[in-house]
Amino acid sequence: MNVVRPTPDSSTYRRQLGCIRVPKVTMAHGGGGKAMRDLIEDVFVTAFDNDTLSTMEDQARFRLSELAVHGDRLAMTTDSYVIHPLRFPGGDIGKLAVCGTINDLAVGGAKPLYLSCAVIIEEGLEIDTLREIAGSMARAACSAGISIVTGDTKVVDKGACDKLFINTTGIGVIREGIELGVGRVRPGDAILVNGLLGDHGAAILNARGDMALSTPIESDCAALHELIDTLLAEAPGTRFLRDATRGGIATVLNEVAEASQVGILIHEERTPLRDEVRGFCEILGLDPLYLANEGKIVCALPPDQAEATLTAMRNHPLGRDSAIIGHATDGRPGRVVMQTVFGGRRIVDMLVGEQLPRIC
Amino acid sequence: MRYVDEFRDPEKAKTLLKEITSLSARLQSGKGRPLQIMEVCGGHTHAIFRYGIETMLPDEIELVHGPGCPVCVLPMGRVDDCVRLAEIPGVIFTTFGDAMRVPGSKKSLLQAKSEGADVRMVYSPLDALRIARENPDEEVVFFALGFETTMPSTAMTVLRAEAAGITNFSLFCNHITIIPTVKAILDSPELELDGFLGPGHVSMVIGNAPYKFIAEQYGKPIVVAGFEPLDVLHALWMVLKQLDEGRSEVENQYARVVPDVGNPVALDAIGKVFELREFFEWRGLGSIDHSGVRMRKLYEAYDAEKKFVIRSVKIADPKSCQCGEVLKGVIKPWECKVFGTGCTPETPLGALMVSSEGACAAYYQFGDVEKIHSKRAQVQSAEAMVAGTRS
Repeated sequence: MNVVRPTPDSSTYRRQLGCIRVPKVTMAHGGGGKAMRDLIEDVFVTAFDNDTLSTMEDQARFRLSELAVHGDRLAMTTDSYVIHPLRFPGGDIGKLAVCGTINDLAVGGAKPLYLSCAVIIEEGLEIDTLREIAGSMARAACSAGISIVTGDTKVVDKGACDKLFINTTGIGVIREGIELGVGRVRPGDAILVNGLLGDHGAAILNARGDMALSTPIESDCAALHELIDTLLAEAPGTRFLRDATRGGIATVLNEVAEASQVGILIHEERTPLRDEVRGFCEILGLDPLYLANEGKIVCALPPDQAEATLTAMRNHPLGRDSAIIGHATDGRPGRVVMQTVFGGRRIVDMLVGEQLPRIC
Repeated sequence: MRYVDEFRDPEKAKTLLKEITSLSARLQSGKGRPLQIMEVCGGHTHAIFRYGIETMLPDEIELVHGPGCPVCVLPMGRVDDCVRLAEIPGVIFTTFGDAMRVPGSKKSLLQAKSEGADVRMVYSPLDALRIARENPDEEVVFFALGFETTMPSTAMTVLRAEAAGITNFSLFCNHITIIPTVKAILDSPELELDGFLGPGHVSMVIGNAPYKFIAEQYGKPIVVAGFEPLDVLHALWMVLKQLDEGRSEVENQYARVVPDVGNPVALDAIGKVFELREFFEWRGLGSIDHSGVRMRKLYEAYDAEKKFVIRSVKIADPKSCQCGEVLKGVIKPWECKVFGTGCTPETPLGALMVSSEGACAAYYQFGDVEKIHSKRAQVQSAEAMVAGTRS
């Protein structure tokens, strides 16, 4: 584990370790005074530990020349994380906030470089919980090779938010020659996913404890930029990449079909699902195609590059269960159709609202 | 996955389909219309669309999606009652998930929740009872909904609440029974049905005997069916076989789950807690005698209709909705005037568009919407031509 600990000889700022002595966050920690400074330094600066953050300026500063070595275009993305519960099998809100934003950069073909971290804390949250989540963010960032370089902290009244909300903004640089877009998919293109679908959605529903089902399903929360590097190295002609988060792969496929004005045909039997998730969906009447993922991408690429790319992806630890699940077609623009295991066909449409369990 | 994959075997499906195709061709010849077989239960409707079974069947068979989706047949006035109950300060209103989106005359439970009502989704009535135990200062109301499938669990919950002395828990009882409704459909003059797929999970509770009148008095075959795609095909084949041999009987395709006598323990719990209402209002079908249950006087302490003042105003379905005709199989969902235009899953006018078990939502979500629109255009132009010839 790459647990980030402050180095004792670092002299870029005045460390005040252990300066928070209360067990819970109070409104004072958002008041702009010493209590807030203590919270930021003790929890966040200590955990994120990098020179840019440690200068305690109001902004992070980058040399353009250092950015330009990575490519020719800047990519920027932002995402807010409001997950309940804060900790779940396979991760927590901190890991999610780092990996999710890294993935949003990476699916644009960008090398993720820097993140911001803004937190909204409900008063009463245990400092230890905050410390643990900041530590989790630091570990995720460190193992992904990126830095959290600026941030913000707000504390709100009890009830004004649910324990902890995190926003992360990410900056990355897109390599020359990579052109990915939701409208670029052509009939015949192969559709790939990098592994078992629906783990995150099932793990979260289960972690909420309403179902009283005992399953070992863990969230697939992971940073996918290295896998995407592998993929793009093998198939530089890749047309489209997107992480299939909320709404699952069904939503992403519909977005592609619509934007590229192609049909998409997928095969149920080639759709990778673990038995536990299948069983979970069977019991609750949910469709795994709509379950959220936090470590899965949908990819469209020219058919002649599909097999080699699949092999390369399967050689990566985050792509072991990769599969070609279907292809784009020239019939029925905007429609996603699934060939069912049973031999019939059905439309896979966008979900209208939230997926709700069926009554019986 | 064991006990699931065996019932989704495409090879076995091919064999069955071959038989179904030749049987239906023989039966349908000279009839001038396809054979119409109604699946009574919404669970079957869901399976039929989920596996694309309609796309595999020959043109000689038309599946009619019956009234067995409890969420779909709930009248608007009852949804309004739910919303009013949920908006009473100090009430925690608990419900199954798919009832949350059903439109009332002004709003759905989902909208009421967004406006501050304490509406919580539960997976079992026992979860609602747990919430009552954890919140002794609040009144917890459970929206009891469904056919005989869900009735035993709500009945057991009331019995447990009584045994545990929990007093801040009640049911808003909207349970309905399937038999009077099937009878009402059979008595409908527009009916052209040739046979039925019987509801599997309802039969697990009530057994097979209650369907005898369908076979004996109305001369229609009925086969109680399971919910896996092979179950559905197998049961369809059994219905066709009966038609071919000139029989009309109650047969049980789902014997691995449904005992002929049903579940006596569950029936006993239902009998203890519930009694038949004189009539109950169904969305799209109107009032049907003895088609709903209410709580017995003995358990009125757990009856939300006794605990709270509920106005129960009858709200007419929107005029443009043809849910009733769809439910009876008189028209296909896509033949309804507002299907896919005024009535979509995002803004459902009729309840059949709400639940994924509703025939219209299933067609809209899984069906071939463009094909449906072009079919409808064909029907409309044919009608226009006929009208033109007449004038």
